[in-house]
Amino acid sequence: MDNINFNADVIVVGAGPAGISAAISIADEGKKVVLIEKASYPGSKNMYGGAVYTSALKEIFKQDFDSIPYERIINSHTWAFLNETGSFDITYSNKESASAYAIKRFNLERWMIDCAKKRGVYYIPNTLVKKLIQIDSKVVGVETELEQYFAPITIIADGVNSLLARELKLRNNYNTKDIILSVKETIKLDKKTIEERFNLSSDCKDGVNKQYFGYDFKSLKNIKKLFMMSFLYTFKDTVMIGVGASLEDLSKNKLNINQILDEVKSHPEIYPLIEGGETIEYSAHLIPEGGYKKIPKLTSNGVIIAGDAAGFINSVHFEGTNFALISGKLAGESAVYSLNQGDYSESTLNIYVKKLQKSFILKDLYSYRNVIEKLCSRSDSIEVYYPKKIKELFEIITSANCISKSSQIRNYAFSFFKDRSPKELLKDAFAFIKCAIDVFFGK
Amino acid sequence: MQQNDKNKKSIQDKLSTIKYNCDNTSHLIPDKKKCAKCKEKTCTFICPADVYSIDESSGEIIVQYENCLECGACRIACPKQAIDWKYPKQGSGVIYKHS
Repeated sequence: MDNINFNADVIVVGAGPAGISAAISIADEGKKVVLIEKASYPGSKNMYGGAVYTSALKEIFKQDFDSIPYERIINSHTWAFLNETGSFDITYSNKESASAYAIKRFNLERWMIDCAKKRGVYYIPNTLVKKLIQIDSKVVGVETELEQYFAPITIIADGVNSLLARELKLRNNYNTKDIILSVKETIKLDKKTIEERFNLSSDCKDGVNKQYFGYDFKSLKNIKKLFMMSFLYTFKDTVMIGVGASLEDLSKNKLNINQILDEVKSHPEIYPLIEGGETIEYSAHLIPEGGYKKIPKLTSNGVIIAGDAAGFINSVHFEGTNFALISGKLAGESAVYSLNQGDYSESTLNIYVKKLQKSFILKDLYSYRNVIEKLCSRSDSIEVYYPKKIKELFEIITSANCISKSSQIRNYAFSFFKDRSPKELLKDAFAFIKCAIDVFFGK
Repeated sequence: MQQNDKNKKSIQDKLSTIKYNCDNTSHLIPDKKKCAKCKEKTCTFICPADVYSIDESSGEIIVQYENCLECGACRIACPKQAIDWKYPKQGSGVIYKHS
């Protein structure tokens, strides 16, 4: 170890939100950091729903934050429960809020890289790390297709598939039930059409996000269990529409996710929003849903893992970029601490785990540790049964059908127990209460 | 089956919107022996880019790696864990500009 010629203090693999933020927090402390990315253009292999959270960005990019080339401010949120012929929506908007920005990854990562370079990060694009270099069970660098780079600490931020974390055996292979497969289409519409369809003023950059629950679609009638969610984000002159579904449920039902996306796009509540638009890009990505129970070993001698590679995501609230940015920052700070100590062993780098425990990252992952599992196990009720029941209730309220209201409401109340066994209803209720208690009494 | 054909056509149309920098060798290598014993053939329906299909004469898996979106679904969903899954060579593969 003493006779290695180090090229840098820290090597960061992967220039996504986690890797870039890690590199910045290291460069800020005057240490030499190289950031290696396999893609030729920043962000060109990355995909997400469509919005980045601003509070984490502000914390890392500070004075540069105002120069971010975002397209819209996501300040209106709709949760919609789809049934076969329509939907039940809840909308919350706050036109003063600027907690999330709609920005394409191609622009987001390019901007983040420009900021990082300005702050002293040495960025190496177009370079694929093939494996880690280990001496005496310590990671001392990385091997790319063309050369080797050496540093006492390597931060692994290579995304959800993290081949490097698996190579080190810091994590087992994911199971299909821990993974959501997501696909998305970017649909071009002109700016004016988007503003009209989504009730947006043309003199500001307001934008909307919609989250859709339910899959009571014609071609999915025979599907027993499918955990899925769809989403829509407005951009300046495009709309992003996508869907994520459990890889386990897709496999068991022999379903292709694109088929579901086409169903979502043709739903009577969604089609009018994208009608006449032209698809200009189709993209796919995995989301690690394993949560707290599937967190890998986060450090090893000379190594720290951050972002999606560590499975840091709270999919209930569609949070990922903020987990990536802050875990990257904490990884960077921990690397700097170890460099100052002159000790790169796992036990010193474990300050990273302590920092994560104090932050919202491990607190939230812990509080939500059962939620996705419970939602998955009750998916038939959330996705089909209750949206249908909501529809029936609102049919009574909205249709003047010349039948006495009290008899309709009585029948409706009885139908709850006729259509679904009391045992299943109780299980639904317990799952909901369990999740609520976990989150309320979480860390 | 009809639904399946429609889906495949839909995928092909969508893939035509994506920019790729093509590699000349496949970064996805299924283990032929394991594939021969596989009943589910999950890769042939799970892939969002329809990369995997079965050659009708030989029964072997055909890999259209040029269409790969590098998501990793096939790697995890393969019941035999038979796919040697790597990223395409540096600078190759999918280039998203609007995602």
